[in-house]
Amino acid sequence: MTTFLKLLFRNRLAALGAVVLGAIVLLALVTPLLPLADPDVTATGDRFMRPFTEGHLLGTDHLGRDLLSRLLWGTRLSLAVGIAAALVAGTIGSAIGIVAGYFGGRIDNVIMRGVDMLMAFPYILLALAIVAALGPGLLNALIAVAAVNIPFFARNIRGVTVGLAGREFIDAARLAGMGHGRIILTELLPNVASTIVIAMSTTVGWMILETAGLSFLGLGSQPPVADLGSMLGEARAALITNPHTSVVPGVMIFLIVMSINLLGDGVRDALDPRLRSGALTRPRAVTLVDRKGQVPEADQKGLLNIQSLETQFHVGPRIFRAVNEVSLHLNPGEALGIIGESGSGKSVTALSVMGLVASPPGVITGGAVRYAGEDLLSADYRSLRQKRGNNVAYIFQDPLSTLHPLYRVGDQLTEAIQAHHAVPDATARARAVELLKDVRIPNAEARVRDYPHQLSGGMRQRVGIAMALANDPDVIIADEPTTALDVTVQAQILALLDDLRRDRGLAIIFITHDFGVVGQLCDRVAVMYGGRIVEEGPTATILSHPAHPYTKKLMACVPELGGGKRELAAIPGLPPVVSDLPPGCAFAPRCDKATEACRVGEIGFTGSDTHRVRCIHPEEVLA
Amino acid sequence: MTALKVTDLSKTFVVGGGLLRKPGAVRAVRPMSFEVATGETLGIVGESGCGKSTLARMLVGLNAPTTGQIEIAGKPLDNADPAAFGKLIQYVFQDPVSSLNPRKSIRQIMEAPLKWLHRMDRAARTARIAEIFASVNLREEFLDRYPHEFSGGQAQRIGVARALAAAPRIMVLDEPVSALDVSVQAQVLNLLADLRGQFDLTYLFISHDLAVVEAVSDRIMVLYFGAVVEIGPAREVFKTPRHPYTKLLADSAPVVGRPLTAPEQKDSELPDPLNPPPGCAFAGRCPRATDICVKVEPDLRPLGEHQLAACHHPLD
Repeated sequence: MTTFLKLLFRNRLAALGAVVLGAIVLLALVTPLLPLADPDVTATGDRFMRPFTEGHLLGTDHLGRDLLSRLLWGTRLSLAVGIAAALVAGTIGSAIGIVAGYFGGRIDNVIMRGVDMLMAFPYILLALAIVAALGPGLLNALIAVAAVNIPFFARNIRGVTVGLAGREFIDAARLAGMGHGRIILTELLPNVASTIVIAMSTTVGWMILETAGLSFLGLGSQPPVADLGSMLGEARAALITNPHTSVVPGVMIFLIVMSINLLGDGVRDALDPRLRSGALTRPRAVTLVDRKGQVPEADQKGLLNIQSLETQFHVGPRIFRAVNEVSLHLNPGEALGIIGESGSGKSVTALSVMGLVASPPGVITGGAVRYAGEDLLSADYRSLRQKRGNNVAYIFQDPLSTLHPLYRVGDQLTEAIQAHHAVPDATARARAVELLKDVRIPNAEARVRDYPHQLSGGMRQRVGIAMALANDPDVIIADEPTTALDVTVQAQILALLDDLRRDRGLAIIFITHDFGVVGQLCDRVAVMYGGRIVEEGPTATILSHPAHPYTKKLMACVPELGGGKRELAAIPGLPPVVSDLPPGCAFAPRCDKATEACRVGEIGFTGSDTHRVRCIHPEEVLA
Repeated sequence: MTALKVTDLSKTFVVGGGLLRKPGAVRAVRPMSFEVATGETLGIVGESGCGKSTLARMLVGLNAPTTGQIEIAGKPLDNADPAAFGKLIQYVFQDPVSSLNPRKSIRQIMEAPLKWLHRMDRAARTARIAEIFASVNLREEFLDRYPHEFSGGQAQRIGVARALAAAPRIMVLDEPVSALDVSVQAQVLNLLADLRGQFDLTYLFISHDLAVVEAVSDRIMVLYFGAVVEIGPAREVFKTPRHPYTKLLADSAPVVGRPLTAPEQKDSELPDPLNPPPGCAFAGRCPRATDICVKVEPDLRPLGEHQLAACHHPLD
């Protein structure tokens, strides 16, 4: 709640709206207590007195009634009717929407087609028809305005409910023995409540305006009772001669609707979870680089050389050290595996290479990434963009979300080729077909014209690989490329990547959590934990003689096929949160070899250039 | 003793069917029969689209079967009513976080099955929750927190605790560890093994990870395209697979030290579910397929001592 208010008032306009609306509501509430003239007593002798005359601060109307008094009583009435209409429309509309969305199928169809029909009428005609049927009067105007706005709520809430009704916690509630009514009230309603509040706060102003409109036409409040609409209606005849009689209620309507809308927008922005998490702030094209220390000297290692890289996420006051002093190098034609659990920093390391970490909140705070000797972190956007895809390409986990759903795969491949090479369409197209053949997509000539959703998961990932190969890069960074795939498909994709690597001399960084995959594909492997590399060395050595206790325990956790039914090894505790790392070794709290020395200071690498480990009690002593 | 008996269970979904189009039928689960003994763990493996989740949802009453019967502890249950199923069979979901209502405290989530399935009063509920939390190694102070405050492993333990609260005889575990990290996965699997003995439970363990299934199961059932292709003791199914598809699965699992070869070269796509081929659904991918395979659908028949496979040309 306090974060909500803080977010709300960070928006200046919303704060202004809240202040103005608060003042108006307060005035309306205390109106009966104020020493005001009776709003309905006529005094024709005093008609059309100007504002600021003695006894009549805002003047009088065509029947000599005090305008200030009528204005305040009218505001009170208009606000009450508007808010009541919003509550009625919100309640009925949301109920319809939740029921339609929860049950789905035929019930949904029948209800929503009815709502559609209601929506197809011009709203003012519909309101007029309702008032004509029920007769004029403020209560009937309220009913009309509420009825007209029900479809808006029903559609909005149904949309949200449909998404929620398929979620697993609804199934879980059914399995816990809850009935439909109880699920709607206790499981769904709390989750759609914020949407209802948002919809109401953005429509109250509109409903006040509609009520005023009906009153203006004489269909709402009946004389002598004042509301803002009827005041305007009565002042219409004297618009030219005595403009103050229309200006006074007009300004009030303006202030009310304006302040409600400003506040409503603020409420929506503050409640919307996507806005709150900053998802709608566009990330920069390149990760922000703000290196505090010295840029490490080039040391001529490998084709791609990551030197003491540090990447952090700055979220509010918290700093997440996602990548901490990571140094890795990759030789031409080599396959390097990076293995780790979620949150270990393996993906962020990979994305930092080409400046693809979203900023904000990501910042690269130290180190260097050298490609053929050139520091990519100090490169300007144009030269970095030239290298993305052309020299270093990525393959991501979920091909469905990396391919554009509305373009044919052939067009996307052609675009990738033409982004780096000015070749005619026909050439690029022929190359696209060739690429699909290279990744062994059967019937490539026809598949070029498919959309991503027409392909199976394995075929889509092949297209993802074809895209990475499009510009003959030297390095491919594959971030869990087979995690979303079935085992039989995974085996094919891995075999394909291995063949491509050998045929083309590609260097691959393979990010995974699976030792089996690393063991089959990679020459060297680096193990990450809590944002740091804890062990690095040749795959065969690490798999047979792991030096870091974490590597050893992690390998023991992975069941291998052929072992039969058994108790599995487990690591007690949880992986660390990188915003709150303990001093010393991050694994110490879960390690049974840990001593006092493990919990203080920096723990550096021991071992050789080929096999190094960050541990003071290694399982194997490294030469 | 038989805990679960399934006879001719099948599910057909009607799909498409617009104003001018004839609706199609997808047979997500073809008629299948099997039994699970009390205290046994039956592993169910298969790739995406093989019907394992539909089967699980029918077993707990979330989907009504098109044909067939489900018998739990000798009591037939065939009208899909999760409340009637709830006390006998419970479900642990794949994604631990999305199976917990974000707006409810853990206490409210834990109380629901006790309140609506067992009609316990407040004092009895508190005592029972404390008991269950102790057995799944969760601290009672977690009860007043909300789901987003928990890591995947903890959330999955809460999911298991909720299923236990219903005091079922059978638990359907639908990929219970596939959303978890390797180091946490083993914690949850070992916990599940402990609970099985402690509460005298019967498990149906669904997973795509063959090594995990093998490590926890007594028997394994392999599904392909909505049908059982092989069923047998865990130790034997992957060691001496009878069905070529089981062999393909076993050969595809990445194993340290085995060279990388694509285990199949033929078209690897699943058949079109709207237009299934006659005969064996695997024939299109099978290296042993002959004429009979594309004409006649093979029946499940005993091969070897305890194994059954649906294949015209089984492996020895």
